[in-house]
Amino acid sequence: MSFTPILLFFIGGAGVVFAAIFFSRLLAPQNPNPVKNSTYECGEETKGVTWIRFNSRFYIVALIFLIFDVEVLFLYPWAVVLRELGLFAWVDMAIFIVILGVGLAYVWGKGDLEWVRPRGSSAGSAVEEEK
Amino acid sequence: MEFLSELIFWCFVVLTVGSAAVVVFHSRIIYSAFALLFTFVGVGALYLYLSADFLAASQLLIYVGAILTLIIFGVFLTTKVMSIDLPEQSHQRFLALIPITLIGIVILWVILQTPWAVNPAEAAPTTKELGRLLMSRYLVPFELASVLLLAALIGAMRLARYFKMEE
Repeated sequence: MSFTPILLFFIGGAGVVFAAIFFSRLLAPQNPNPVKNSTYECGEETKGVTWIRFNSRFYIVALIFLIFDVEVLFLYPWAVVLRELGLFAWVDMAIFIVILGVGLAYVWGKGDLEWVRPRGSSAGSAVEEEK
Repeated sequence: MEFLSELIFWCFVVLTVGSAAVVVFHSRIIYSAFALLFTFVGVGALYLYLSADFLAASQLLIYVGAILTLIIFGVFLTTKVMSIDLPEQSHQRFLALIPITLIGIVILWVILQTPWAVNPAEAAPTTKELGRLLMSRYLVPFELASVLLLAALIGAMRLARYFKMEE
């Protein structure tokens, strides 16, 4: 089959992950103690539960990412034939990207990409805001 | 070689169906979301067996890369993620049996009635041909797709902003 290289790549990728875990288990000395097992957060004592609500901003960024991910999908067959079709295909894709660029300019200009809330006083991290 | 190909095919079938079962039956929603990753990858591999390599690539890029991220963020957004235990008991089993049986009969009937075409040709990459068509015959739909994406982006942001105001 002509897709065998992809399969080998897939197996190789999964194999490296499992090999890394397996060999670190095999080679690393194991003498756990309560201090070593505690959650490390830059030397601070951790407070509260780990399973908190994420800031909805992550979701909005993921939504924007989804749109540009679809753009990448169109780039893929285009990139395969670009050398063959030359300038014509290049201009087509330029128009495509400029139209989507308008969208990026819109969300940027409207402040949807701003991480810190404009009206809030706290300038802390995203997770901090939710607490 | 034929046997090996068959074996790998069944490996992917087991991966897809097995992880889909985890998605449905796991009581913790976060594990269901992560199991969906393997379902998507398995479906992508099955597309390759249908010699639909572009579809497989889009499956990986869109579903694994973006939709799944969105689903996992969606799960993270729900309050008290870890303490939500989905109900494991099923109710009204006998009542449910009636539509399930009917759907099962319909699916089985479709499987038996459809003349399944076996593709004799060797699976070959199709992306180049798709790219050529996209740049010539389907150029206008291609450019319109970017307008559609633009509309989706602006619409999604407007809605997101609207709901943020509500908070």
